Amino acid sequence: MTIYIDNKPYEVPAGKNLLETCLSLGIDLPYFCWHPALGSVGACRQCAVKLYKDKEDTHGRIVMSCMEGAKDGLLLSVADAGAKAFRKQIIEWLMTNHPHDCPVCDEGGSCHLQDMTVMTGHDYRRFQYKKRTHINQYLGPFIHHEMNRCIQCYRCVRYYRDYAGGDDLNVFAAHHHVYFGREKDGILESPFSGNLAEVCPTGVFTDKTLKEHYTRKWDLTMAPSVCPHCSLGCNIVAGERYGKLRCIGNRYNGEVNGYFLCDKGRFGYEFVNSENRLVKPIIRNRTVEAADETQLVSHLGPLLSHSHSLIGIGSPRASVESNFALMQLVGKENFYQGVNNDEAYLNQRVANIMQYGALHTPSLKEIGLADAVLVLGEDIWNTAPMMALAVRQAVMKTAAADALQHTSLPAWHDMAVRELVQDGKGFLASCTVIPSPLDEISSCTHYAAPDDLARMGFAIAHYIEPSLPPVPGLDNALAEKAKIIAKALQQAKCPVVISGTSAYNEALIKAAFNISLALDKGEKKAMLSYVLPECNSLGLAMMQAPSLETAIGRVQREKDTTLIILEHDIYRSLPPSTADAFLSHCKNSIVLDSLHNRTTQKAQVLIPAATFAEADGTLVNNEGRAQRFYQVFMPANNYIKESWRWLWKMKALRTASGNGHPLHPDELLAQLETALPQFEGISRVSPPHDFRIHGEPIPREPHRYSGRTAMLANIAVSEPKPLQDGDSPLSYTMEGYQGMPPSSMIPFFWAPGWNSIQSVNKYQQETGGPLRGGDPGLRLFEHKNGSPPAFFKDTPEAFTALPKKWLLLPRFHIFGSGELSVYSASVQELSPEPYILMSKHDADQLGAANGSVITLKEGGKEYSFPLKIEEALSDGIVLVPAGLQGMVAFSWGTWALLSTQKNLV
Amino acid sequence: MEHPLTKNIHPDRPPLNLPEYEQTGGYAAVRTAVKNMTPQEVQLRVKDSNLKGRGGAGFNTGMKWSFVPMGPDAPKTKYLIANADEMEPGTFKDRLLLEGNPHQLIEGMIVAAYAIQANISYIFLRWAYKKAAELIRKSIAEAYAKGYLGKNILGSGFCLDMYLHTGVGRYMCGEETALLNALEGKRATPRAKPPFPQISGLFGKPTIVNNVETFCCVPHIVNNGAEWFKSLSHSEDGGTKIYGVSGKVNRPGAWELPMGITMRELLEEYAGGMKNGFRLKGILPGGASTDFLTAQHLDIKMDFTSVAAAGSRLGTGTMIVMDDATCPVGFVHNLQHFFAQESCGWCTPCREGLPWVEKILLSLEKGQGREEDMQLLQMHTQLLGPGNTFCALAPGAMEPLQSALKYFRDDFEHHITEKGCPYNSIR
Repeated sequence: MTIYIDNKPYEVPAGKNLLETCLSLGIDLPYFCWHPALGSVGACRQCAVKLYKDKEDTHGRIVMSCMEGAKDGLLLSVADAGAKAFRKQIIEWLMTNHPHDCPVCDEGGSCHLQDMTVMTGHDYRRFQYKKRTHINQYLGPFIHHEMNRCIQCYRCVRYYRDYAGGDDLNVFAAHHHVYFGREKDGILESPFSGNLAEVCPTGVFTDKTLKEHYTRKWDLTMAPSVCPHCSLGCNIVAGERYGKLRCIGNRYNGEVNGYFLCDKGRFGYEFVNSENRLVKPIIRNRTVEAADETQLVSHLGPLLSHSHSLIGIGSPRASVESNFALMQLVGKENFYQGVNNDEAYLNQRVANIMQYGALHTPSLKEIGLADAVLVLGEDIWNTAPMMALAVRQAVMKTAAADALQHTSLPAWHDMAVRELVQDGKGFLASCTVIPSPLDEISSCTHYAAPDDLARMGFAIAHYIEPSLPPVPGLDNALAEKAKIIAKALQQAKCPVVISGTSAYNEALIKAAFNISLALDKGEKKAMLSYVLPECNSLGLAMMQAPSLETAIGRVQREKDTTLIILEHDIYRSLPPSTADAFLSHCKNSIVLDSLHNRTTQKAQVLIPAATFAEADGTLVNNEGRAQRFYQVFMPANNYIKESWRWLWKMKALRTASGNGHPLHPDELLAQLETALPQFEGISRVSPPHDFRIHGEPIPREPHRYSGRTAMLANIAVSEPKPLQDGDSPLSYTMEGYQGMPPSSMIPFFWAPGWNSIQSVNKYQQETGGPLRGGDPGLRLFEHKNGSPPAFFKDTPEAFTALPKKWLLLPRFHIFGSGELSVYSASVQELSPEPYILMSKHDADQLGAANGSVITLKEGGKEYSFPLKIEEALSDGIVLVPAGLQGMVAFSWGTWALLSTQKNLV
Repeated sequence: MEHPLTKNIHPDRPPLNLPEYEQTGGYAAVRTAVKNMTPQEVQLRVKDSNLKGRGGAGFNTGMKWSFVPMGPDAPKTKYLIANADEMEPGTFKDRLLLEGNPHQLIEGMIVAAYAIQANISYIFLRWAYKKAAELIRKSIAEAYAKGYLGKNILGSGFCLDMYLHTGVGRYMCGEETALLNALEGKRATPRAKPPFPQISGLFGKPTIVNNVETFCCVPHIVNNGAEWFKSLSHSEDGGTKIYGVSGKVNRPGAWELPMGITMRELLEEYAGGMKNGFRLKGILPGGASTDFLTAQHLDIKMDFTSVAAAGSRLGTGTMIVMDDATCPVGFVHNLQHFFAQESCGWCTPCREGLPWVEKILLSLEKGQGREEDMQLLQMHTQLLGPGNTFCALAPGAMEPLQSALKYFRDDFEHHITEKGCPYNSIR
C-alpha cells in the first residue's frame, strides 16, 4: 500500500501502526510508551503526527502515530508545525518534574529521554515551581532505583508484568504522583529484571553492577559477543574500560534473544574481573611457582615431546576453535570430551538427532511464535531462562491471535488486545519433575519422575501416531492427560516440543523426538528443541569424542601420559575420588583456564586462558547455530591468551616446527571444516579476519570515546600506540568505518540522534524485524537430510520408588548453578545454600520436617543438607542443587541412601 | 407539566418499596418489554424517542444500544452497567433519582438489558452515596424476590443478574472505559477507543454503560411511546431533564423540567434568582467541566444543541452559578485543583499539564503571577484539547479555564498587575 508522509509517497506493509511505519522508513519520530516488543498503548502522547482526511483537508488533526494503523492512501505529516509544537510540549511537560541530573545519572549519554528531548527541540524550561519527589527503593543486587527521574511511560510495568510475567513490580498512586516500584523494598523476583535498565527510557532503573565501576557508554570499548552462561547463545554487547569488563548489554538478534536477556546473562559477567583469575603461568613444585612465558615454554617442551602420549580433555564452555586446537595438538584419537559418561551420552544423543536434520530445531523467535508448546522434563526456567520467556510469548501471542480472529483490531493495539484476551492462554503443557513458574500459564501440568515423564511422552506420541506401541500400564488419568496434550499439539499449526539433558534421562530425549516426528506430517512442520548444559555443549558433542571416564581408562592403562585439560573443572563432572585418581595417574597435567578451581589446585602446570571477553571464538548453541564472539579487550598481560592460541603454540612445540605464521580463528575454522565435515560451513559464520569496508576496520570505540591521550598518563605521558587486533576486522580505535557493519559484527548500537539502545531500530530492516543483512549466526543443521529417522520404540518401565533408597536428581538454579556466573557478587548473593528436596510422604517416612538435616550417602561418602519439602515431588526421588560453588559432582540418576539426624538446624 | 421521573419522589417520604412502586405502574415496562416486544423493538422505540445520554455526552441512547452485537453469533456474555459514579462537581441529579426512586433505575436497567440481551448488570455507585447504596441493595433484593431479576423473568425466558458495586471515590471512574477497568479490579485508567465498549467492554465482552438518569427515562418511553417522550420536550432532544442550580441563588436545588427550558427560566423562576447583593457573573451550565456562559446567554435553551451552539455544553444539566463577589481566578483554581488531583496519571498532557495550570493559578492568587503566565494558561487550553489527551478529562478541565480567560480576562490580568487577588478586599 502507499501512504503519503509530508506529501511524499511511500510503499509500506499493511498491519503496522504509523509509528513503526515511520521508524522503519528511517523517519525520526520521538516516542516513549511504545516499544517494539510491547506494542502500543497511547499513553505518553509523544509520537503525535497530523492526519488528514483527504487532499482538501488543510487543518488535519493530531493523532498518536502509535495508535493509528497504516491504510492505503493515508495522508500524514510528521513535519507539520502543530504536531511538532505538540511533541515539543510533551517533553516540556515530562521534564517539569525530571531532576535534570544527567551529569550524575547512569543513563546519561545513552538516554532515550535525552535523545527525544533533543529530537523535539525542547530547550527552555518554563515550569517555575517545586518538583515532586519520590523515595527510592532497594530492589536487589541487579537494579538501582531512582524514581525522581521517572517520566511515567509505563513501559517498566508493561514489560515486567505483561511481557515477562513478573508480579512484584507495579504502578501505585495516581495523577502526577504515580510511582513505579514494589509494594515495599525487596529483591525483584523476576529473573528477567535486568531488562528494565534497557526498557526504561531514562535513569529510573539502571544496572547496579555497572554502578560499581561506572563508565559512560561513549567511553566503553565494545565488541559483539555471545553469552557464555547457558546453551541458548544470546547475543550480547560487552563493554570494557581500564582493563575491567564494565557491563553487558543486549545485542539484538531477531532470531535469538530479540530485545532481552536474562539476569544471569546480563549480570554474570564479573568472573572476568574476578580476584580468582589465573593471570600468570604456574608450574607447581618449584620454589617460585609463578613462571614467565620463557620458563613455561621450556618447561612444556619435554612434557609435550613425543616421549609422552598426550591426552586432551575438551570443554563444553570453550570455543569450537579452542577445542579443535586441542584436538589438533593431541590427535583426534586422544581427544576426549570434558564431560562425564552420562552427560556425553545424552549430549551425543541430542547431537545425533539434530544431525538427522529431519526435524526443525527452532530459534527462540520461532519458539515465541509457536501455537502449542510441550515442555517435557526440562526445567527451562533455570537451565535456559530466555527459552522460558520465549515460551511465555508463545502462550500469550497464541491467546491474542485467537482473540483477534473475530475482530478487526490490529495486533499492536496492546491494551485492547489484552482486554479481549483476559485470562486466555495458548496451549502449554508443562511436564516436569518439580513445579516451575511457567506452570502459572500452563494449560496442563504434570509432575513425575523422569521415567514417568518419558512414559507420558511416549503415550502422547502414541495418541498422535497410533501405529506406535501404547505405553503399558499407564493409568487412566494419565492417559487422558496424554490424549489432551496430543490433541492440542495435533491441532496446532506450529507446535514445539522442548526437552533437554538436565534430568539425566535418555528416555525423555527419545520421547520428545517421537512426539515431534509423529506431529511432523505433510504441511505441518513440528519443531523440536533440546536444552543442553553449556554454551558450547553441542559444538563439543559434534566433535564426537569419548567421555572423561574413557580418558581415565586410558591413563590407567598407559604410563607417561601428559594430560591437557581445556577450560574445565573436572570436579564438576566427576566424584572427587575419581577426579583425584585421574590427575594422579597422569605423569603430567596441564590445565588451561581463566579461573582457579579444584582442578587447577591439583594440576601441575597452569596456563592462563582468556575469558570470552578477551577472546575470539565460535560457539554452537542448542539450535545448532554457530555464533562468533569477539575480543572486547586485550587481556591484562601477555600471559593470558585465548586457549586456541596457547594450544597452537604448544602444537608448534610438540612438532618442533617453530611458531609458524600467526593463526587466525577463521583459519582454524577452515581447517575444522576439512577435518570434521559435520562442521561444514562454520567458517562462514562471520567475515574473515582481514575483512575491511572501504579498506577500514570496524572500531570498537565509539566516535565520542574520550581520554585516549590521558588514560594512561600516570604511567607514560605519551599516548600509547593503539592495540593491534590481527584476528578480526575490529580495531582498538575510534577510527575506522563509521557506517553500518555486517550484522554479526555490530560492536554497539548508536545512530545519529539515537544514543541509547533504542537506536537498534536503525539497524533493523524494519522495526522489530531482522537486522539489516540478516540476523547473525549460521545454522549448521539447516538443510541436512540424513537417513530417514525412525521412531524410538523403547518405552521405559514405570518409576518405582525403592525402600530406603532415593533416586538422586539435580535441581538447577539460574543463580548458583553456573560455574562462572557465581563469581559475580550480585549473582552469588542470590545463589541458594545447599539443601535437599523431597516429598512430604518421604519426609514423614524418615521422620523429618522442613529444616531437618538429611544425610545423603552416595559413592561411599556422606553429605548433609537441610531438608525442604516439595509437595509436588514424586515419592522416591530427592533433588539436590546442581553445580553450586564447592559442591561435589553427584552421580545424578543413581540411587542414594538417606538418613535423618532429626534435630532442626 | 409532566414529571415522569420525579412524580413519585417526595422529600418528606421514604422512597417507594416494590409493592408501592408497582401500584404507581412500576415494572409495567418490564412486563411489556419482555412479554410483548422483541429486543430490537425496544431499541427502536428508545432510539425514536430521541433520548440522549444524560451523563453529559448527549449521544442517542437507542443508537448506542444498536451497536451491540445481537443474534446467535453474538458473544454469549454481555453486560449492562449503570454509571452512578456521580462525581462531577456541582452535580447532584442522579443522587435525587437514586435516593428518591431506586426501583425506577432498576426497572430501566432490566428493560435496557433485555434490549441488548445482557444477562449481567452492575450499578457502579459513587462511594459517598451511602444512603443510595443501602436503598439499592434493598430494592435489588425486592426485585429478585418478585421475579423481576434472576432466572426466567416473568416467565419470558430472559435472565438478568444485578449487582451493586461501590467505587472508591475517583472522578475518573465516571469515564465509562475507566469505570470498566475499575470494575474489573484494574487501575481506573481509561481505554483507547476503538474498540468501543459496545464491542469490547467489561472483561472484553459487549457492554453498555448508561447514566442513571438515562435508564430512569427508559420505562416511561416503553410505557408511553417515543412520540409521548418527544412531546415532553421544548426542543429536539426528547423528554424531561433533571436540572440543578447551585451557587448564591435564593433557592438552590434540582427540578425535573421539559428538556430545552431556558437558562433564565431555570435561574429566575425555579432557583429564585440571585441572592440579595449578588450579581450574576458566570454560569457553568452542566458541571465543572463545561465552559462558562454569562448573563448574555440566559435566553438560550438548556438542551444539548443550543448550549453547544453558545460555546459550552449541557453536560449534566446542573449549573453552577458564579456571582460577582467570587474571584474567577480562585474559582477556576479550585476546579483545576480537583481535576489535577483526579487525573489518573496515564497520559502526559493531563498528568503534567493540569498540576502546572493549578500551580499557575495559585501563584496568581498569591500575587506571584507573571505576564507570561497568561500565555502559559492559554497554551494549556489549546494543547489539552480533545484528541491530544487520552480521554476527555483534561479537555473538560480546560473548558472552564478557557472560557474564564475569555470572559474574565481582566480579572486574571488584575491579579498580575495588582500582585494579588482584588477580591480579597471585597470579602
